[in-house]
Amino acid sequence: MNTSPLRPGFLIPAAIILMAVVAPLLSENRYLHHLMIMACVWGIAATALNLVMGYAGQVNLAHGAFFGIGAYTSGLLMLKLGIGFWIALPLACLTAALFGLLIGMPSLRTKGAYFAIGTLCFNVIVTVIIDRWENLTEGQRGLLGIPPPSAIPLPYGLTVRFDNNMVATYYLFLIMLLLTLFVTRRIVISLMGKDFRAVKGNEELAASIGINPFRTKLIAFVTSTFFAGLAGGLYASYIGFLSPDISDFHVTFEVLIQVMFGGIGTMAGPIIGATILPVISETLHALAAYRMVAYGIMLIAVIIFLPTGIMGGLKIVWTKCITRK
Amino acid sequence: MDLFLQQVINGIMVGSVYSLVALGLTIIYGILGVPNFAHGSLYMLGAYFSFLLVTAGGVNYWLAIIISMAALTVIGMVIERIVFRPLVNAPHLNSFIAAIGLIYVIDNVALIVWGPDFKRFPPLYDQLYHFLGVTITLHRIIIVITAVVLIVLLELFIKKTTIGSAIEATAQDRVGARLSGINVTRVDMWTLGLGTSLAAAAGALIGPILLVYPAMGGAVTLKAFVIIILGGMGSIPGAILGGFILGLIESIGGAYLTTNYHEVLAFGLLVTVLAIKPTGLFGKAH
Repeated sequence: MNTSPLRPGFLIPAAIILMAVVAPLLSENRYLHHLMIMACVWGIAATALNLVMGYAGQVNLAHGAFFGIGAYTSGLLMLKLGIGFWIALPLACLTAALFGLLIGMPSLRTKGAYFAIGTLCFNVIVTVIIDRWENLTEGQRGLLGIPPPSAIPLPYGLTVRFDNNMVATYYLFLIMLLLTLFVTRRIVISLMGKDFRAVKGNEELAASIGINPFRTKLIAFVTSTFFAGLAGGLYASYIGFLSPDISDFHVTFEVLIQVMFGGIGTMAGPIIGATILPVISETLHALAAYRMVAYGIMLIAVIIFLPTGIMGGLKIVWTKCITRK
Repeated sequence: MDLFLQQVINGIMVGSVYSLVALGLTIIYGILGVPNFAHGSLYMLGAYFSFLLVTAGGVNYWLAIIISMAALTVIGMVIERIVFRPLVNAPHLNSFIAAIGLIYVIDNVALIVWGPDFKRFPPLYDQLYHFLGVTITLHRIIIVITAVVLIVLLELFIKKTTIGSAIEATAQDRVGARLSGINVTRVDMWTLGLGTSLAAAAGALIGPILLVYPAMGGAVTLKAFVIIILGGMGSIPGAILGGFILGLIESIGGAYLTTNYHEVLAFGLLVTVLAIKPTGLFGKAH
């Protein structure tokens, strides 16, 4: 096996990460910075969904609910209890994961479409509860004024401040995204990742070689919801405002589309989808309703002509280049 | 007691419409394996077509329903040809994404063409009947009767015609059907047309009672999926029974439980049922 540090499997990600690190320094454009920050948020959410859906084969349609649970947990902890960001964020992840455990245990006994629609129903319920429980969540008025991450003190009296500092926010979110990718990668290449794929391929067969399908699916599901909570918590702190819409099943669909568009079951696919699709969506913004028509047609066209997403398309091109040599 | 009876009657009315929508969805799932999330958008089109035919076209309501069903049959077949046929060998997730794309296209074309405002049918069959302390309009009685007639017609169509037998054979065993000379691709097309026409009928029937607007299909799609999961995916009796059960539960539960949460009754019900019986109420273990 090629283990040289110059192999493409190492070189290409390294180059992309380098670009992601340098990019915000090249431009002062705040809108560009905003897009890059949001790409990190959706990148984390999409990577998380890809873990349970692309690797373990469970189409979880409650992803938006866990994103919303993470966002509201950190938002409420900071606003109502005055807890700092650095404590609220891990609590948001853990709360999302706890709900993941509670929902995963009953729902993972179902399979295929039953699991997909069951989780979708859970998503609808979560959104309605957030909407109606006004004493806690302020309902439709939404949570206003969620503070940005608190400053990090450095030696020599220096601090890294995140209020009104989009570059610092971007780097913080980028680190979180890289952390998510790192953990996901470790899981995927581990023995556990092999279990995931075995269960995705055939549960009965996996069980026959000593894998516990239920436990395996539950681990994938809870890990995925943990990172969905992370994405939600970061989102809450960056945008500063939350409404029940942020947990809606349309968020689930949006993240699901990002994963499929970029390439399901690949490391880079969800990031590609999470970066490109919001940009396309924003670019078409001036077209109002026509935008969604164009977006819908594009989705259908991509899913028909590139059924494995952009990464799948790139792989086909790559194989052609190699075989030609 | 009067309130209870009134809610039962309402539940049967809503349930008959749910049954029609779910029936269309379940035969499409049974044949193509496609989770057609755009089903509610086609139901919306059915409601709009009949509304326009009645108001702008001055067409008789019954004729309007038939024309809407015919138009949506064609649209359903076109959708099968353009969107779902290329995905027939792809994972179901791909068809699901394509269906979401279809929702974006159909709902927003409706928004562009007809605008966001709510449309109201002119009064149709609004005579009131009183019996046993229950009040009901003629239109609601018509909805239930028409829905039942359509369900029976569908059953006869599947059992008695050649096309129907081909559909049933394909649902049972796709490869076997192809081996015995059935053009499975054409069956797919007919099925999508047939299922969509049922959604159109449901939209046209309930349109005069509710309001007609571009986003009216969203909640209906979700509920139809709840129904066909409860009844077992692809099961026709399951969809019919599930539709009436959901209609009754929503209507009775909505009257007695807190109104704040009655819209999630359907979803809570499904989550509970799946937690107890992971294959749905009538589903076989598989």
